[in-house]
Amino acid sequence: MIRLDDLHKAFGPREVLRGVALEVPEGSSTVLLGRSGSGKSVPLKRTVGLMRPDQGAVWVDNREVAALDHDELNLLRREIGYVFQFAALFDSLTCAGNLRLALQRQRLDPDEAERRIAEALAMVGLAEAGERHPAELSGGMRKRIGIARAVVLRPRYILWDEPTTGLDPVTTATMDQMMLRVREELGVTSVIVTHDLGSAFKVGDRVALLHEGRVRATGTPAEIRASDDPVVRQFIEGRPE
Amino acid sequence: MPASPFAAIGRSSRLTVRALRDTEAWAPQLLAQMRRLGVASIPIALFIAVFTGIVLALLASYIFTGTVPMYFVGALVGKTVMMELGPVLTGMALAGRVGANIAAELGTMKVTEQVDALETLAWDPRSYLVVPRVLAATLMFPVVTAFAMGIGVIAGWITSVNLLDLSTPEFTKGLRSFYQFKDIWFGLVKAASFGAAVALIGARRGLATGGGAAGVGRETTRAVAEGCMAILVLDAFWALVLL
Repeated sequence: MIRLDDLHKAFGPREVLRGVALEVPEGSSTVLLGRSGSGKSVPLKRTVGLMRPDQGAVWVDNREVAALDHDELNLLRREIGYVFQFAALFDSLTCAGNLRLALQRQRLDPDEAERRIAEALAMVGLAEAGERHPAELSGGMRKRIGIARAVVLRPRYILWDEPTTGLDPVTTATMDQMMLRVREELGVTSVIVTHDLGSAFKVGDRVALLHEGRVRATGTPAEIRASDDPVVRQFIEGRPE
Repeated sequence: MPASPFAAIGRSSRLTVRALRDTEAWAPQLLAQMRRLGVASIPIALFIAVFTGIVLALLASYIFTGTVPMYFVGALVGKTVMMELGPVLTGMALAGRVGANIAAELGTMKVTEQVDALETLAWDPRSYLVVPRVLAATLMFPVVTAFAMGIGVIAGWITSVNLLDLSTPEFTKGLRSFYQFKDIWFGLVKAASFGAAVALIGARRGLATGGGAAGVGRETTRAVAEGCMAILVLDAFWALVLL
C-alpha cells in the first residue's frame, strides 16, 4: 500500500501541494486527477525518492521513503516501475538496451533477462522494435517502450505520469488498454496521474481529484461522476472558471 | 539551515567514494568515453599544435636574429610547446569540445527526465554518468596533449628547416640542450588536471540544467567559460607548485 501523508510542496512562492493525503490500496488502480500545473506529479516523484516534499511523508508498505538510506531506497525502487510523461528513454541505447539497463541491477541470468525483455516488448506490441533507437520511434511508440521498461522489472507498483498526454484518441485508447492489460497480467498496484477524464474513468477503480493543493474528492469512477461537488462538476464538465 | 562547509565537503566526499565504488555502473563505459572524449579530440588538438609550432619557430627567429644563436629556436619551441602551449591550448580546445559535449549531453538528459529515469532504475547518475566521463577526460587529456606536444615540435622543426636558415642538427641541438624530462611530465600532469576540471565542470553544469533547450544552452556556455577559467587557474597553480 502507498500512503501520502500531509504532503506540502512549493516551487518558489507558488504552493502547489497544501496537505495532500491519500491511500492507494494494494492491487488498486488509483487515479490522481487534477488540472495542469496542480502538482499532481509531485507525489509520484516523492514515492521513488526523486523529489523531497517541504512537509509530510510518503509511505510504501510501512516504509517512509524519506527515512530510507541509499541502499534501502534502491531496493524500494526495484519494486516500483515509473512510466514518465515523455517516456524518458535513454536515447544513446536501443529500446532493448533501455530494458536491459533496467534489469541489470537485478542480476538476472542473461538468458532470463533476454526472455523478460522479449516478453515486455511483446506485451506492449513492439516485439520487433528491440534494436531500434528511441529517436526512430513515434511518440506513442516511445511511451509504449517506456511502459515495457517499467514492466520488465516485474514491479509491485507502477506509477504512471500523464500516460496519455499529447496522444491522439486512437493511441490514447491503446494506452488505456495497455494499462488495463498490465494490471490484469501483472496484478500491480497503480497510481495514475492524469488530467484526461476519459482515460481516468476507464482505467481507474478509484479516482481522487486534486484541487488547490488538496484532495478534494475521492471515490469510484461512478461516485465521482455522480458527485454534486461544484468543483468536481466543473472539472468533469470542463467549464471555465 | 544551510549546511556548514565541512558538512558539505564530507557529504560530497561520501558521495564521490560511493560513486567510485560502483564499478558496475562506470567501468563498462570507460573505454567508449575515452574514445569519444579523447581519441575523437586528437584532430583538433593536432591542428592547433601544428600552427603553434609554426608560429613559435617564426617568433623565436624574429626575436633571436642578430642577438642570440639561432639554435635557440629549437629550445624555445621545445620548452614552450611541452611546458605551456601544448597543454594549455589543447586544454582550451578540449574545454570547448569536451566540456560542451558533456554539459549539453547531460543537460539534455536532465531536461528530458533521463537522469530521473536512471535514478528510478536504481542507478546513481554520479556513478553512471559523471565518473566515466571524468576518468576518461583525466586519462585522455594527457594522451592528446602528448600528441600535440610531438606534433608542435615537429611543426617547429619543419618550419625552421624550410623557412628559416636553420639546419636539423642546429634545431635539435637547441631542443636537446635545454631539455629536461620534467618538461614533459610537467605538461602531462597539468593536462590530466585540466581534463578532470573540464569534465567535472561540464558534468556539474549539465546535471544542474533546468528550463528546457534554453537551459541546456545556458549551462553549456557556462561549462565552456568556467572550464577555460579553471585551466588558467590550474596552470598558474602548477607553475607555483612544480616550478
